[in-house]
Amino acid sequence: MAKRIDVSDLNVYYGSFKAVEGVSLTVEPRSVTAFIGPSGCGKSTFLRTLNRMHEVIPGGRVEGKVMLDDQDLYASGVDPVAVRRTVGMVFQRPNPFPTMSIYDNVAAGLKLNGVKGRKKLDEVVERSLRGANLWNEVKDRLSKPGAGLSGGQQQRLCIARAIAVEPQVLLMDEPCSALDPISTLAIEDLINDLKQTYTIVIVTHNMQQAARVSDRTAFFNLAATGKPGKLIEIDDTHRIFNNPSVKATEDYISGRFG
Amino acid sequence: MSTITGVTAPDETPGPSTGSPLGGGAAGTGRVGDRLFGGVARGAGLLVIALVSLIGAFLLWQAIPALARNEANFLTSREWVVAGDHPRFGIVELLWTTVAGSLIAMTIAVPVGVCVALFITQYAPRWLSRPAASLVDLLAAVPSIVYGLWGLNTFLPVEKPLEEFIQRWLGWFPLFNATSISGGTIFFIGIVLSIMVLPIVTALSREVFAQTPVTHKEGALALGATKWEMIRTAVLPFGRPGVISAAMLALGRALGETIAVTFIVSTLARGNDWSWSLFNGGETFASRIANNAAEFDSPQKAGAFIAAGLVLFVLTFIVNAIARIVIERRKAFSE
Amino acid sequence: MTTTNARPDAAVQGTVASGLGHPSRGREVRDQAARIVMWAAFVLAIIPLVWILYTVFSKGFHLLLESQWWTNSQRGITSRRVGGGAVHAIQGTLIQAAVTAAIAVPIAVMTAVYLVEYGRGRFAKAVSFMVDILTGIPSIVAALFIYALWVTTFGLQRVGFSVVLALVLLMIPVVVRSTEEMLKLVPNELREASYALGVPKWKTIVKVVLPTAFSGIVTGILLGLARVMGETAPLLILGPYTKSIATDLFSGLMPTLPTMINQDRNELAQAAAAERVWAAALTLILLVLVLNIAGRVVARFGSVKK
Repeated sequence: MAKRIDVSDLNVYYGSFKAVEGVSLTVEPRSVTAFIGPSGCGKSTFLRTLNRMHEVIPGGRVEGKVMLDDQDLYASGVDPVAVRRTVGMVFQRPNPFPTMSIYDNVAAGLKLNGVKGRKKLDEVVERSLRGANLWNEVKDRLSKPGAGLSGGQQQRLCIARAIAVEPQVLLMDEPCSALDPISTLAIEDLINDLKQTYTIVIVTHNMQQAARVSDRTAFFNLAATGKPGKLIEIDDTHRIFNNPSVKATEDYISGRFG
Repeated sequence: MSTITGVTAPDETPGPSTGSPLGGGAAGTGRVGDRLFGGVARGAGLLVIALVSLIGAFLLWQAIPALARNEANFLTSREWVVAGDHPRFGIVELLWTTVAGSLIAMTIAVPVGVCVALFITQYAPRWLSRPAASLVDLLAAVPSIVYGLWGLNTFLPVEKPLEEFIQRWLGWFPLFNATSISGGTIFFIGIVLSIMVLPIVTALSREVFAQTPVTHKEGALALGATKWEMIRTAVLPFGRPGVISAAMLALGRALGETIAVTFIVSTLARGNDWSWSLFNGGETFASRIANNAAEFDSPQKAGAFIAAGLVLFVLTFIVNAIARIVIERRKAFSE
Repeated sequence: MTTTNARPDAAVQGTVASGLGHPSRGREVRDQAARIVMWAAFVLAIIPLVWILYTVFSKGFHLLLESQWWTNSQRGITSRRVGGGAVHAIQGTLIQAAVTAAIAVPIAVMTAVYLVEYGRGRFAKAVSFMVDILTGIPSIVAALFIYALWVTTFGLQRVGFSVVLALVLLMIPVVVRSTEEMLKLVPNELREASYALGVPKWKTIVKVVLPTAFSGIVTGILLGLARVMGETAPLLILGPYTKSIATDLFSGLMPTLPTMINQDRNELAQAAAAERVWAAALTLILLVLVLNIAGRVVARFGSVKK
């Protein structure tokens, strides 16, 4: 079912510029892991290597291993397209396809993978929208444009779209930073439900959110501007926030910088 | 920068504070210079409106006497006798040739143009996309008379075997009936026109494709779409109004092309039998006017040709208006 | 609300269970096919360009290497005879182009200034719409209009200036659009800085905005000129050909490169005439290319870039 992620000694480059250096960590299946750290420390960059989205930018490449259970995502012969089917992503700004209805948005990933047949699609769309806590709000207007929803609803739509293809892992890149507090709370509740089925990794610049939502937390930081980002510490959430082992972590948590 | 084709794509970002910066009022009241300058600017705008209206008005004015004296139905007659006491002239043949040639051009230019635009914006390696765009734009820089010259002398002999092939195997279909025309046909000018309007389709299409928001492309990729699937899901739907508008502009250009058509298409002898075949010769509105330019010595004769020009004006007006409306609606939608 | 944990569909599950292989064969094939089609379309588009340029170059460049091409006219030369040059046509084309620009550019730039700096409301929308319509007017319609105005209404002769008027109609919309784009690119902060110093609006436009956008405007003018120089339809209606040099726009006939080409197009069986026709075509293309390249070069050195 939901898989574990094992990263060993990962370096991320854009061209010749090293953006992230020497990351090793483990993400347990069916748990929520949060990445925190100051702006520009490489947490989003690192997140994107988990579904090979960094390769969309010319010059993006990695050194090191990312294992999904027993599969190396970067082994030769592995197609990034297949990786992205297995490791889904939700973005900072909700991005439902503007020319598609709510139904079509959720079904988009399925149709691409050749799932046909109205009944089957109906079934999966309903299941995904329920899974994203959006079904009751939109069930009567599935044919309306996806862009017509509120921000929080749009983001839940994007989550429904992502889980419709039944990924093993769900990556979330600051999913609430563009939303109001009430929608944020709704998404956080949703994450709590989703973790029963998926392995979730969430990047957030909001420490309280990390504390609320995650089981484990990883703290990233830069040595200095222009230097690559590094993983400073990863531990159970309550330990990171109450009793961190590294001084830099403690400084960040208590707001001395960042 | 608008390209050689003079085509501009819609801005997705509003211009300097949507309209005149700072309203201009506060900075302008009371000064003579401002009053004068503003007046001149407004005058220039007024002049443009006046020019277009004048064109329509004048053509109408000069065409009406000739139309009034016309003893045949202008819209359905095939005859073209403009001199003498009993002028009889009609445009249906011109309409057929013009529209058929232009539609052939569109059938080729729009798909190819969109693919080239996709190539330039999505598939070409970084170092190639700018030079590639410039090269395709260069097609628009070639003057139409050169297209006419090259088309007739160099391209036609090469293309003729294709026509013969189609006539042999598909000649049973009315559009492809065999004819004895050895010169340029409607089919052939359609091909040449497609080359001429291709840069228009490409220029506008590639501007809208390049403006596809990155987040939608990434959203599609993150779902596990292949590159082509991403384009189908995010880029093409987003660019559809732009492509439609581009196609309209290209159509307008094809309808009005004069000199290449005049050089290439064989004019038919008067009184020949009607044929649906695309391998026939013929004249378009523009080429008939051009072929007879020397005969504009009496207002009556000229009037008939001006009437033909009026029809062409109306056709291109409508097509350009549609292009404009399609783009305006999309702009309103996204703002 | 339940989040079902059941794993119902093998179709969706199948690709996952089989590990991180490739997406289905069909999808991959389509993706590769799309890539091939796009490359092929590009090559297909370039072929005519290369072919045309090659044809015109190879058939025309001999005559261009002779100095008399650039110094003599066609006076006294019949289609059969070799000799003569194109200076009459070149001069005619250049003179007409220059006068066209002199008239069209001020009108076009001021219209663009109106649309960007002053325009608001329905009038501006109407002007903008009309510019679009003007862009789409076929050159033969513009020529007919000038004919109806100049010859039929005012009873004047068909002289070089009447051609210029038609070309002005064709050049205005091109320059309006490109100038408009350039003016929009000038950052608003510049205007605001000028107003804050108490400079009136018209002076701001003339001394700050226009100079900033200058190179882009020049590029638009050059591209517009390149377009207009190749227009033949107005010449057919309003500008008959002659073999001698003529520089008076207001009387007599004025030769140009397009009409020179047109004149002998039915005589291409004659080797001498054919060579001249291709050489004239090459001269025209060279002129147009020079203007295009000059336009791009000017754009590269501008202070406001697209």
